[in-house]
Order: sequence, then C-alpha cells, then structure tokens
Amino acid sequence: MTATVDNFSSALELEHVESHLHPEPSYDVEAHPKPTGLEEIWRFTPLKRLRGLLDGPVSEAKLKLAEELPEGASLSTISREEAKALGGIAPLDRLAALAVENAPDAMLLNIDGELDAPVRLNWSGEAADQIVWGHTVVKLAPFAKATVLLDHIGSATYGSTVTYLVGDGAQLTVISLADWEDDAVHAVQNGVSVGRDAQVRFFEFTLGGDLVRSSTNVDYRGTGGSAELFGVYFADAGQHLEHRQFVDHTAPKTRSNVVYKGALQGQDAHTVWIGNVLIRKVAEGIETFEQNDNLVLTDGAKADSVPNLEIETGEIAGAGHASTTGRFDDEHLFYLQSRGIEETEARRLVVHGFFNDIIRRIGVADLQERLTSAIEDELATVVGRLES
Amino acid sequence: MSTLEIKNLHVSVETEDGEKEILRGVDLTINSGEVHAIMGPNGSGKSTLAYSIAGHPKYQITEGEVLLDGEDILELSVDERARAGLFLAMQYPVEVPGVSVANFLRTAKTAVDGEAPKLRTWVKDVNAALERVTLDPSFAQRSVNEGFSGGEKKRHEIAQLELLNPKFAVLDETDSGLDIDALRVVSDGVNRYTAQGDRGVLLITHYTRILNYIKPDYVHVFVAGRLAESGGQELAEQLEAEGYDKYVKAAAAL
Repeated sequence: MTATVDNFSSALELEHVESHLHPEPSYDVEAHPKPTGLEEIWRFTPLKRLRGLLDGPVSEAKLKLAEELPEGASLSTISREEAKALGGIAPLDRLAALAVENAPDAMLLNIDGELDAPVRLNWSGEAADQIVWGHTVVKLAPFAKATVLLDHIGSATYGSTVTYLVGDGAQLTVISLADWEDDAVHAVQNGVSVGRDAQVRFFEFTLGGDLVRSSTNVDYRGTGGSAELFGVYFADAGQHLEHRQFVDHTAPKTRSNVVYKGALQGQDAHTVWIGNVLIRKVAEGIETFEQNDNLVLTDGAKADSVPNLEIETGEIAGAGHASTTGRFDDEHLFYLQSRGIEETEARRLVVHGFFNDIIRRIGVADLQERLTSAIEDELATVVGRLES
Repeated sequence: MSTLEIKNLHVSVETEDGEKEILRGVDLTINSGEVHAIMGPNGSGKSTLAYSIAGHPKYQITEGEVLLDGEDILELSVDERARAGLFLAMQYPVEVPGVSVANFLRTAKTAVDGEAPKLRTWVKDVNAALERVTLDPSFAQRSVNEGFSGGEKKRHEIAQLELLNPKFAVLDETDSGLDIDALRVVSDGVNRYTAQGDRGVLLITHYTRILNYIKPDYVHVFVAGRLAESGGQELAEQLEAEGYDKYVKAAAAL
C-alpha cells in the first residue's frame, strides 16, 4: 500500500493549502511552537488545564492494556521510526507531535482478512497526575474488514496519536470511548487515511475526563473512499470536551459525513465542536456533509460550535453543514406529555432519542447497552431538577 | 357517564403586538357517547380551543374553566390531563427523533393506565392497531412521526386514540390533507372508538367532507373565538350550501 500512496501523492501534487485551521503536518515538534492560546486551533482550549503537556515532559509510563484479538488481528511493538515509515497523516498540532516523539515506542495493530469479532483494546490509567504518551498505528490490509474498539477508563494525563491506514477496499469501524474518571486529561489526534473504495465509520463517545481534546483528521489515498465520523459527548459541570474534525478531500469521488451530538449540564460545562472540510481542486464529484447538534440541559453550560467548509472546486456532488444549539424543544415535550407521559420521563425520552440516532449505528450490542446506561446515569444527576 | 364542560373560556396568545385574545367566551358541554363537530373558517380559533384544552403552554387562559367530571383540568399539567382521560389528535403531529413508536406507545400506555401493559398481548395489540389504520407493523420500529407522510401521521394519531382509549378525544382537523382512502381509514378508527358508546368526541374541522363518514350528534359553528350557532346534522348541510359568510359578517358587525 505504501507504494501506491507515494505514487498517488506525487502524481497529484497534493500541496499544502494555506488555512489557519489546518497547519502544515509535521513530525517535528519544533514545527509546532508552543501555543499562547490565541491561535485559531487553540483558542477554545483552556491550556492551563493541560497540566504542562504542551511542555512535553518526558515519561516512560504507559496505560495498562488488556486486549482481545480475534483471528486476523495481531498486536506488536514497533519503534517510533518504524511507525513513521508506515505513513499516514503526520501530526497537525504540537500535542500530536509530542506524543509521537515522547512515546517510549509505538503499538502496531495489524488486521488482515474479515474479522468475525471486534478487536478490543481496553486501556486504563492509574493516576491523574501520571503523564503518559501513546502512539498507535492501526493498519488494515486491502479488503480487510474489522471493528476496533478503543476503550479508555481510569485516569491519566495522556497525550496520544493514533494513525489509521485503511487499505484499498477495506472496511473499518472504530469506536473510541473516553470513559475516563472526572480528573483525567486526554489530548488525542486521530489520523485516518482512507484507501481507494475503502469505507470508514469512526465513532467517538466522550463522557468522562476533566479535559478532552480530540482532533480527528481524514484524508483519502484513492478515489471512491468514504468516511463517516460520528460523535456523542455529554459534559457535566466543569468538564471541557472538545472535538475537532478536519476532512481533507484529497481525491475525487470521495464521500464524508460528520455527525456530532452533545448534551451539556451543570455550571461551566463546556463543549467545543469545530468541523472543517476541505475540498481540494482535484476532489471533483465528492459529497460531504457535517452536522453538530447540542442540547443544553441547564443554565451555566456553554457549547461552541463552528462548522467550516473550504471549497476549491465547484465540481462536486454536494456539500453542506448544519449546526444547532438549543434547549429542549417544547413541542417534543408537549407531544409526549399530551399522551400522559410525565415531564421528566418525556425529557429522558427526548435525550435518549437525540443520542440514539448515533448509538444505534454502532452495531456492537454490549457497547450500545453500556452507552445507553451511561447516558441514563448522566441524566439521573440532573433531569429531575431541570427547569421547564 | 363522563362530562367535559367548557365554561366561558377566554384564551390569549402573546404576539409581537402584545397580547391577543383568540377565544372570547366558549361554552360547550360534551357528554360521553356524544360526537360534537365544531366547524369554522380559518383563523376562527378552532385549533386554539383544542390546544387550550390539552394545555399547550403557548395559550394563556384568562377566564373561564374546563371541567372533566367536575374537576377543573386547567389546574393540571399536560400529562395529568391526558391521564385524566383527555386525548388530542393533532393537526400537525410532532416528530420526535430517535424515540421509536413502540417505545413511545408503551410508555404512554403505561402512564395512562398506571401500570405497564401485559407484554404478551401488548405487541399484538400494537400491531393490530397499526394494521387497522393500514400502517405496516414496521412503523413500530421507526422514530415517532419522523419521515411519515402527512396521512401516515394522522393514521398514527388514530392508532394512538384506539390504544390509549381516552374518555374524551379532541380531533383537530384530523381530516385535513387526507385523500379519500385515508379519510375513510381515519373515520373508521374514530367510529370504532365511539362505538364503545361511552366515549366523547370533539371533532374540529374546516370541511363538511368528513361528516359523510363520522355522523355528529351536534354541529357547532365557530366564528371569531366563540360558538355562533349550534344545531344538528342539518346545520352542516346548510354550511355546505352557504359557507361561513353569514356568520363571519355577523361577527364582524359586533
């Protein structure tokens, strides 16, 4: 696959496109100066709460890993240089570069063939003040098919880069769960390179953590690829949950669909969603849509939502975006209540319905149940006290 | 035997130009076993009457009362009114994304009955109710009203009417936007409901067409926020022939 990638890139001369939203990718930490907080890509993030991660403190610590590997999947440890040589999207911000630079080594998950069960990588952190750097590469051979679940529990101050190399015609479903304790900090860059005619469905569920900043970047290494990015987040009092996507349509006839949904409750609950889609000159006939909906359940919470679309060719099948932030829809509640359903129950139904739209797409039964009940737990703390 | 009494009901809404009175003293008594048709021109306040009875927060009751078996339901929340035995079939049923029809119906039935329906018979009951209004049982797995056509939404309202089986049903222009086949299906549903003998219906409509299928005991002409005239089926025939002009002019002259 690497050979095809190189040929493709040079043939089409995918030059860097000037944009304040996607700095030039580089493994070189020095290429990503320490932010002041005024930069476009940093201005929503409370830098102090990153606990010095931006200084790149050296740490050999790792998260504890329990894995389930069905036949066709293998996990190995490789060096930083070997990981870089596999290709994929280089770091787009300082934390992603630091994660590659500082991680003691890299983990390679190799997938060949059609897996008949999900791969599960269950990571747990031991303490909030423990600095951990992680670098993982997930590589799917052409025509492979897999579901990969990345679970994060416990606590840590964690900077990580995860690179996905999805071979031609492969189908990958990723489910990344940030189910941290409330004192965890997690900054992650997911880089997803979609092969020719490959299909990627990428789910993020962010429920825990004091601060989570997740950047998901997608590019296409051939025509006909499809990437769907889905996210669910639920911020409680004091939590900062930030999700950024950058879909770089680097090939013709590719498709992307981004849907992130969040709920917020409690004082100083803060969520950030930044969507960006770049349609390059070469990317004729592509189709893209990005959407973010936020449900603000109480006073004192704040949702930032910024969709962006940069279009360099008009020869496209479709492009659009939508963003909504609001309280409960009174008409939803009225309809349910007019059938005898009590107000608190009606609110529960509406919130579950809001998220169910994404949860039902996962296709992993035990996980769907866990997420539904996690949302139930979040709601239990507040829904009875909601103002009408 | 139950009674729904509307007494001197005055209702206002907030508009950009301040408070505007829509209902200006409505008096009407419906006994169980009776079908009352309320007919009136657009903008006369028919829907306001329906939503005020159900308790929509947009409408401010400024005077009067609505009694269900002597209890003033205006003191009750929307869901309490429904549990007391009221049902509103809406002109524009609301889409509730992600909430399945099956889950919605079971939750509503549990709320109205005060206990969960028996699992063994409930699914059959739901499927049968959907089939009676010619909705495929697969609708149970879809989100409430989401992506339903106008006719499917109305038929879904009638399926709910049959499953929840309230004491009184207010049907707000359930006939609007229906083709003749759908109108027959919806009317059959309402007639099955009234055939129980002890249920009351307030049928709000703009057109006389539905009265070919649902025979009202009483017909009321509703103009400018109040009842202008009451009679029997013959009043509907007169309206069919003459329209609302005479009543609109009389109201304007007041």
